[in-house]
Amino acid sequence: MMRKLILTAIVVTLLAGCSSKEELPHTRGVYMLLDTSGTYTEELVKAQHIINYTLAKLSPGDTFAIARVDTASFSEKDIVAKVTFDDRPSAANRQKRQFREKVDHFVKEVKPSSYTDISGGMLQAIEYLNEAGVGKKTILIFSDLKEELKKGYVRDIPLQVGGYEVVALNVTKLRSDNVDPREYMDRLQMWEQRVQSGEGSWRVINDLERLDSVISD
Amino acid sequence: MSFSEVYLLWSESVALSAVIWSVIIMVLTYLARDPMHKMIEAVAAGIRSACQQTSESLMGAEKKLLDRNSEVLIAAGREASEHLIEREFSRINKIVEMDLSEYPTLHRKISDVVTRIDEDYKQSAEVPPEAPGWAKAVEAVAKIPTSKSDPMVGQILDSIRGSMEKNHEKTLVVYRESSRERHMLLKRMLPSWRAMNNDLKEVDLHVNALMERSRIVDTQMAEYEKIVNETDSAKKTLSSSSLTQFFVAGFVLAIAIGGAVINFNLIARPMAEMVGGSGLLMGYKTASIAALVIILVEVAMGLFLMESLRITRLFPVIGSMKDIMRVRMIWITFSILLTLASVEAGLAYMREVLAQDDAALRASLVGNAGAIIGVSERWITTAAQMGMGFILPFALVFVAIPLESFVHSSRTILGILAAGTLRTMAFFFSVLANTSHYTGSMLTSIYDLFIFIPLWIESTVRGSGKSAKEKTKFNSLHTQSTKEVL
Repeated sequence: MMRKLILTAIVVTLLAGCSSKEELPHTRGVYMLLDTSGTYTEELVKAQHIINYTLAKLSPGDTFAIARVDTASFSEKDIVAKVTFDDRPSAANRQKRQFREKVDHFVKEVKPSSYTDISGGMLQAIEYLNEAGVGKKTILIFSDLKEELKKGYVRDIPLQVGGYEVVALNVTKLRSDNVDPREYMDRLQMWEQRVQSGEGSWRVINDLERLDSVISD
Repeated sequence: MSFSEVYLLWSESVALSAVIWSVIIMVLTYLARDPMHKMIEAVAAGIRSACQQTSESLMGAEKKLLDRNSEVLIAAGREASEHLIEREFSRINKIVEMDLSEYPTLHRKISDVVTRIDEDYKQSAEVPPEAPGWAKAVEAVAKIPTSKSDPMVGQILDSIRGSMEKNHEKTLVVYRESSRERHMLLKRMLPSWRAMNNDLKEVDLHVNALMERSRIVDTQMAEYEKIVNETDSAKKTLSSSSLTQFFVAGFVLAIAIGGAVINFNLIARPMAEMVGGSGLLMGYKTASIAALVIILVEVAMGLFLMESLRITRLFPVIGSMKDIMRVRMIWITFSILLTLASVEAGLAYMREVLAQDDAALRASLVGNAGAIIGVSERWITTAAQMGMGFILPFALVFVAIPLESFVHSSRTILGILAAGTLRTMAFFFSVLANTSHYTGSMLTSIYDLFIFIPLWIESTVRGSGKSAKEKTKFNSLHTQSTKEVL
């Protein structure tokens, strides 16, 4: 009888101790691109709210990264903050606090860039999230979606975003858009086509009161 | 060849073709009448026979199941009754051992008291010694009237009277002293009487308790006899008792499941701190599975504890263990339960800490700092959660009692349900057998109805042939009889 009891205790301990690490289809990965070109840097305060909201929604095991969009965004150097939250909720909360501090510091210190390489940022995001091995992948683009590339940069590369959800946030209207709204519509349509041709899903959210649909529980 | 081509084989006219085909089919059907009738009857009889056999075998199975149910019910009732009688005898034994073992002492005590009372009584009855006999003579002399002429005699007589009166006073004092002593003795008897009265009351109580127990044993023995004799009333009582037990135990188990769910919610979240919050096991969160396992282990330990205490009898192996092993088992299971309860209390505390941390983080991120509960109120929820975390594992221990009742009564309920199902199926097959029989007869009649024209022709032809034959027969008989007469 004693032997049986000991055996049961061992089985229970093993059962409690083992957790699958290799396959994480239930985890979420969010990569957020922040446009820092020209006057759009003034909008970054709004981005802070979105980042805080996303932090509050993410759970242990999820991945979150923030990257700036500047002249050449296809680079790890442009990643402002990145984290894969610890399994333990208390440690994950600590990481969230540290993450927020980094973002706050970045928003304070950010300098406007001359060009806007959104495609490079997207490619970097795809690479990062694929490497993270998360289940549900989301790319948030906080930008007016007006891409301006420096001469010599090649970005007409198809985006492989199969299984990705790409959400454009706070797509502000430029002065020229007000003159001819077709420019704005064409810009949105162009990005939608690029994402959908890469088998990804595309959404635009300009009303930041409806953020709950961006990151679902 | 299409259907329309075949249909219009005989004529281009649809109506004529229909008539021709009808005639052909009717003739063919008429020719096939006998074998078709035989076939329909054979099929109907076959189905009827198969259904009847199935119905009979189901009825047989139901009877066997009912007998088996009855056996199980009687055996369970017998066992329960034996257990009750055994317990009553055990109680009587305890009464006899505890109370009546003191009876000799009590008897001696009462005897001593009685002896003491008797002695006191005797002492109290003793009469004080009388005045000496010569006193009467002196008294008579003293009463002689005093002569005034002889003062000497008067003095003597006065002296005698004085001494007499002194003597009388002395006697009175002695008598009073004796009375006082008697009263003292009687007074001393009072506590002894009271003590004896109390002792006798105690004896009366013990004897009455014994009588009460013996009456209970008599009632239970009568019930036991009924069960042993397998009377219908005993079976009905046991069956009804099983049903009641089933529902009551089911209700209590439902409450226990509710408690287990609350317990689960209490420890599932903080368990993520121990086993991780993102891992999955068989499609469920590892933390949830670990919390569930802890609760199930607590329930299992509770079962073992109850079994070791011989409150339940689900595992005969534990019940039949040596007492020393059983006691060890009690201590081991209790220690594990205590440890798990302490772990749960710790996890409940952790849950509160995590909840507060989450709330603080959310408030700082979303900017809703007012939503955090004040520090002064926190201890209430923390203490309540810790208390629940510690108590619920021990409360779950008692699940073993309704579980045992549920398992035992389930056997009877399942038996009754199975018997009911078998009876319904037997009835269904019986109805099917009868339906098959009457369907066969009906199909035969419908078949004949379809070929009623050839049948009518046949009966007409047969009728005319028969009447012609009868006429010929009659004529020949008539001729023969005429010849005989002539």
